[in-house]
Amino acid sequence: MNILLKTISAVALGLVVVPCMLHFAGIIDLPTVKWTALVGTVVWFLVTPTWMSRRLQVDSAEVEI
Amino acid sequence: MSEAESNSGGEFEREPVPDSALLGSGKFWGMYAGEHAAGTEFMIGPLFLAAGASLSDLLLGLLLGNILAVLTWRFLVVPIAVAKRLTLYYQLECIAGGSLVKLYNLVNGLLFCFLAGAMITVSASAVGVPFDITFDVPETVLGLSNTSFTVLVFIVGVVITAVAAGGYERVARFANIAAPWMIGVFAACGIVSLAQMNVTSMEKLSSGEFWNESIAFVQEKNGPQTFGFWQIVVFAWLCNGAMHFGMADLSIFRFARSRSSGWAPAIGMFLGHYMAWISAGFLLAALIKVQPELVLSDDGKVTANPGLLAYKSVGWTGIICVIIAGWTTANPTIYRAGLAFQGMLPKSSRTAMTLVAGTVATVAGAFPNLSAKLLDFVGTYGTVLGPMGAVIFVDFYLMKRFGLRDQYASKSGTQINIAVLVAWVLPVVVGLYLIFVQGLFAAYAVIPCWVACAILYLIFSKVLQNPNLGNDHN
Repeated sequence: MNILLKTISAVALGLVVVPCMLHFAGIIDLPTVKWTALVGTVVWFLVTPTWMSRRLQVDSAEVEI
Repeated sequence: MSEAESNSGGEFEREPVPDSALLGSGKFWGMYAGEHAAGTEFMIGPLFLAAGASLSDLLLGLLLGNILAVLTWRFLVVPIAVAKRLTLYYQLECIAGGSLVKLYNLVNGLLFCFLAGAMITVSASAVGVPFDITFDVPETVLGLSNTSFTVLVFIVGVVITAVAAGGYERVARFANIAAPWMIGVFAACGIVSLAQMNVTSMEKLSSGEFWNESIAFVQEKNGPQTFGFWQIVVFAWLCNGAMHFGMADLSIFRFARSRSSGWAPAIGMFLGHYMAWISAGFLLAALIKVQPELVLSDDGKVTANPGLLAYKSVGWTGIICVIIAGWTTANPTIYRAGLAFQGMLPKSSRTAMTLVAGTVATVAGAFPNLSAKLLDFVGTYGTVLGPMGAVIFVDFYLMKRFGLRDQYASKSGTQINIAVLVAWVLPVVVGLYLIFVQGLFAAYAVIPCWVACAILYLIFSKVLQNPNLGNDHN
């Protein structure tokens, strides 16, 4: 199950980045890039919290610029 | 390691981290991967272009500056961190005294408020895009933007403050989950921007013509400015001066099993302070190329509006990213500032002090010029906080060699080590004078202030330390 969820997250992240590259290469247009990125974003935030239980960073109250 | 231990509010705050709690290098690489890809990057990248930095200077200057920053972490911070395994605050308390640390913390908290204010401005810029609310940068530093934007800043500030007051853990967790996605969006913004400018070959990229045209446009509207190679190098090196020269990251690296963990900030530097800054700079260049009228504020000057820039590149994803990036930076910053204020007033509640910090941050966020001067602010931040790292450096490496007591406050029982106070305040006052009165580029003051503080601390310790103090009992 976990592997499936992680795969979905990876695909979601790919939907944010890969279409940009395809647009860069002249294969797809910008509106398509924007829509796929939004779909990828929604899926990422729906799925990733179900498996990514990254611990808080050491001293995460410290703030980096 | 348990979560309680990993949390800053957990254990080992006043004792060396035990071997059982040490972490391998891999943890630190993961830890820093999401760091430095924050809301500030959306602001800083376009500011380089607006300041007239050439593309080749930017690419090479950031490369060198970030390498120097990583080396500073590795060879200045980590050796002390793994030798002592104590937080910055506890080490400072032993050296400078509890009351002086509270003063340092208060200054830290106030500076955090202004940083959070810039992030509230950034978030509000994104929230305003769907409502067609943009901000313009007034002439004066303490000038407000248009009324709609000021109201928006107030609303965003109230929401962020309320969440911070409720505890930042949930937001910190959310930031962790968002980090890989944010890095992806930063990369996407840069790639799309290049495509929008038709810079689709190495030849066009290396010619830098698109960048030069954008600079020419900005300079025509805003007047001539220059931001040279060494300014970029020094800025990239020292914008996180408080974290490495200032030793704030001692608190993180005290958990490092080996010194090799000190290379881990490289990933944050090159994702956040290289790729993200350059991508964010491309966003402004692309909008100037595609819709130049959108970058002009009412007074005809070019204004970098992070929300609008990201929206025009990757649409709603860009807006969400700017909001989240600003939010997840502002939230722990306000929380941390609240803790600093609470340290000054121990009887106050953390919630009340967080609300105070949030109010200060929100007021600061209402003045867009403060965020527009982020290049100067982060240098000033390093100038003020960096020298305290020199005190720790001298105490660790030099005090005994010069026949002086290390950790003098804990051994003498003093609450304010005058040698530290004067050694810190004198160079900082001179540095601030040079920055604000003489117009020195802020990042240039960090190292001179650090060195001056180190020398003064040695001299004043020689004069002020009581030679009859008993043997070590700490």
